[in-house]
Amino acid sequence: MPLWTFYGLRQGKASTRWPADGDDGQAGVLGMPRFDPEKCQDGCRECVEVCLPGAITIAADDAGGPHSSRLDVNYGRCIACQMCVESCPTGAFTASDDWAFGVRRREDLVWARAAASPEGTALRGEIRRIFGRSLHVRHVDAGSCNGCESELQALNNPFYNLHRLGIFFTPSPRFADLLLVTGPVTYAMRGPLEEAYRAMPEPRFVMAIGTCAVSGGVNGGGHACGRGVEDVLPIDVYLPGCPPNPAAIIEALLMLLQRAPQRVNGGRIVEDANRA
Amino acid sequence: MTGEQPPSSEPLARDSLMRDVPVWDLEPRCRAAIAEGARVQFAYAWFPEKTNEMPAEAGASAAPPGARVPELRYIIHPAPDHAPEIWRCQPGVLQPPSLAAVAPLVSWYEREITDLCGLGFEDQPQPEPLVLLPGAHAERPPLQPGIAPPLVYTPEAQSLPEIAGSAHRDVQLLPFGPIRADVFESAQFTFFYIGEGILHYQPQLFFKYRGMEKRFEGVTPELGVVLAERVSAVGSVAHALAYSHALESAAQCEVPPRAEWLRVLLAELERLYNHLHYFGHLCHTTTLKVGEAQGKYLEELAKQMNAEATGSRFLRNLVRPGGLRREPWLTEIAGSLRKIESEFGPYAQMLESSSTHLDRLMTTGVLGKQLAFDLGATGPIERASGIDRDPRRDQPYGIYRELPLRVAVREGCDARARQQVRIAEAQNSIELIRAVLQGLPQGPISVPCGPPAHSEGLGWAESPRGSVYYAVHVDAAGRLARVKIKSPSFSNWRVFPYTVHDTNMMDYAINEASFGLTIAGCAR
Repeated sequence: MPLWTFYGLRQGKASTRWPADGDDGQAGVLGMPRFDPEKCQDGCRECVEVCLPGAITIAADDAGGPHSSRLDVNYGRCIACQMCVESCPTGAFTASDDWAFGVRRREDLVWARAAASPEGTALRGEIRRIFGRSLHVRHVDAGSCNGCESELQALNNPFYNLHRLGIFFTPSPRFADLLLVTGPVTYAMRGPLEEAYRAMPEPRFVMAIGTCAVSGGVNGGGHACGRGVEDVLPIDVYLPGCPPNPAAIIEALLMLLQRAPQRVNGGRIVEDANRA
Repeated sequence: MTGEQPPSSEPLARDSLMRDVPVWDLEPRCRAAIAEGARVQFAYAWFPEKTNEMPAEAGASAAPPGARVPELRYIIHPAPDHAPEIWRCQPGVLQPPSLAAVAPLVSWYEREITDLCGLGFEDQPQPEPLVLLPGAHAERPPLQPGIAPPLVYTPEAQSLPEIAGSAHRDVQLLPFGPIRADVFESAQFTFFYIGEGILHYQPQLFFKYRGMEKRFEGVTPELGVVLAERVSAVGSVAHALAYSHALESAAQCEVPPRAEWLRVLLAELERLYNHLHYFGHLCHTTTLKVGEAQGKYLEELAKQMNAEATGSRFLRNLVRPGGLRREPWLTEIAGSLRKIESEFGPYAQMLESSSTHLDRLMTTGVLGKQLAFDLGATGPIERASGIDRDPRRDQPYGIYRELPLRVAVREGCDARARQQVRIAEAQNSIELIRAVLQGLPQGPISVPCGPPAHSEGLGWAESPRGSVYYAVHVDAAGRLARVKIKSPSFSNWRVFPYTVHDTNMMDYAINEASFGLTIAGCAR
C-alpha cells in the first residue's frame, strides 16, 4: 500500500487549470461543421441527403430574398458525423473545432442570419450566488449509446478533476441541484426519469447532454424512443454533441452557474464572447 | 459436418457457406454439429421480400399471399478456425423448435426474435419477453418492414421467484436501479440475499432498448456506418468495421491495403483506451484509489491521442464500407503512444503485485470453461476462462495475419484472470499500433462499395469486449432492408448472472467491473 502512495506522489499533478488557463485537452477534436450559406449552390441537396439525424433540411419557405439560404441548419440535431463536410461540393460546410455548444434556449442552436444577443437570455440572477461554488449533480441515462456516460465519467479523471470547480456528482436525486440527462428517453426510462426529477428539491435545474437528449438524435421518434428530454422535463441548458467532450460539458456547467458566457448564438460560436 | 454438402448450399463471399435447413432437421443437425465441436454464434430472423418455396415442408408455404413471413438464420462456426456457416430456415406456418436445450446461448436470441419478429419457438424454456420490458407491448412486430408504431407500455413489476422454506423471513430483497449510483448506464438488478450471501440475482436489462436495428431499415449502406458507430460508443470502431465487412462481403469488394492497415490501427487504439478505462474502474471497485486515478488518467491520455489522430475521442467518422473516409493524422501518435507505454508498464506491474487488490480479484466471479462456452461468453471473458479464441486470428480480417498478434489466454476463470488477459491485450495493442506505424504502405484508402440489390453479407470484428457480428440484407433499391447486430455485451450479459448466484454482496461490484460490460451494446 505505501508503494501506491509513493507511486501516486511521483506522478505529480495531472489536472489542467482550464478554463482559467492551460490546456482544455481537446486538440484535434472536430466539432459541429460551420455553415456558410453564401457558398451554397442552388438546387444542391447533397448535404441534406447525407444528414442522417435531419439537422440540415430544406427551408420551408424561401422568403428571405435572392441570396438567402435555402437550408435550415439545426445544431440541436447535429451528431458531428462530418458527412455534410465530405459531401458538400462547394465548401459551404467546413470542419471546425466548434464544440462548446451549450445554450439556454434551443432556438439559439438554429442557424440564423441575425439573432438576438446572448445577454437577452439572462438566467435567474441568484444562481451564481447560491450554487456558484457548490453544485451537486445527478446523472440519468435515458437510453444513450454510452458515449455521453464515457465523457461524464471522464470529468472525474485527474485531468479534468471536476471537484476543483466545486461541482460534484451525487448518488441521490434528493441531494441534487442539477439533473444531467443523456439519451433520447426510451419508453422504459421515461418513468424513472420523471421520478428522479420529482425527488429533487427546489430550485432544480435540468441539462440535456448530447444530441439524443437535445433532440432525439439518430433514434428520436422511433418505436422505442421519444425525441429527447424536452417532451418530458423543462430544460435549462441544452448541450448537443455526439458526444459532447468533457471540456464542452464543463463549459455548459459553468454557463449554467453564470461563471461562463453562452458562446453560441444563431447556431454559431460568437468568437468574442467575454470569458467570465 | 465434414465432407457432405447438400446441393442447396451456395458459397458466399469470404467463404461463408449457406445451407438450407428444414424445420424438422434444425435440432438434430444442431446437436450433431455441437457434438463435433461446432459453436452457434448467434441467430436472428428477417422478413425477405419474396419467399422461396421450400420443397420438403408440407403446408409450410400456406401463409396468406403477399404477407412477409420471417425467415430464420443461424450463424455457426463448425470449428474455431473455420469460416462461419449460415443456416437458413423457413418455418412458414410451423413453429420452429427451441434450440436452447442443445445450445443454451441461443435462448436469448430466440426470445429476441419472438419479441421483435413475432415468431415463437416450441419448448422455449423461458418464454417471457426479453427485450421488451414487462408491460410493454408491440402492436405489430417492430422488425416487420414498414413503420413500427410506438410500443404500448403500462409498467408492470417483473416477476420474481417465490421464496419459501423455514428461513424465508431471513431472505432480504434489494432492488437496485434502473438509475444507479454514480454515472452508470441504466439497468435494474434484484438481489435476494441472506447476510452477505447472494441467493439469487436477477438483472432487468433493456431499459435502453432504442430500436437500433430497426433504424437501419431504408438507410443507404454509405450512411449506415454512422448508425453502426452509435450503437455502442466505446465500440464505435469495431461496430463500424463489422458493419463494413458485412457490406464489403455483400458487394464483393476488396479494401485497399493501406486502409486495412489503418483499420487495424483504429481497432487497436480502441482496445487500448477501453482496457485502460477498465483498469481504472476495476481499481475503483477494489478501492485502490491511486490505481483508479492512474488508470483513468491513462485512458484520458489515450482519448486525447485518439482525437489528435482522428478528430474524435471515440475514433468515429473514419471507417466506411470500402475503406476509410479520410486519412487520419498520424504525426502525433508515436509520441503519445510512447508516453502511455512508459507509464503503463510500471502501472500494470503494480496492479499485478498489490496484494490488497489481488485479494479482492482472486476467486471472485468464477466462470468455468464449459459454462463460458455453452452460454457464449466472448472476448477477454472467454479467454480468461481458458477458451483460446479470437476472430483476429481464427477468422482473420484485415492484415492481422501479418502483424505480431498474440492472443492472451488464462486458465484462472476469475476476476484476476480477466485483469491479466486485458493487461496482456493492452500491451499487445501498443505493439500492434507501433507495427502499423512502421509498416504502413502507401496507396489509396478507399474503393467504391455498392452492394447489389437483394444481396446479403456477414461481417465481424473483435471489439475490446469480444466479437461483434453484423448480418446485412440489401433491398431491391440497394438500401438496407435488415441489419442484425450481435454485440459482445449481449453475449456476456447472458453469462454474467451465473457468476453472481451464491457469491457475496461485497464482491458484486468487483465482479461486474471485471466483466467490463456495456448496456447500450446489449440493449441496442
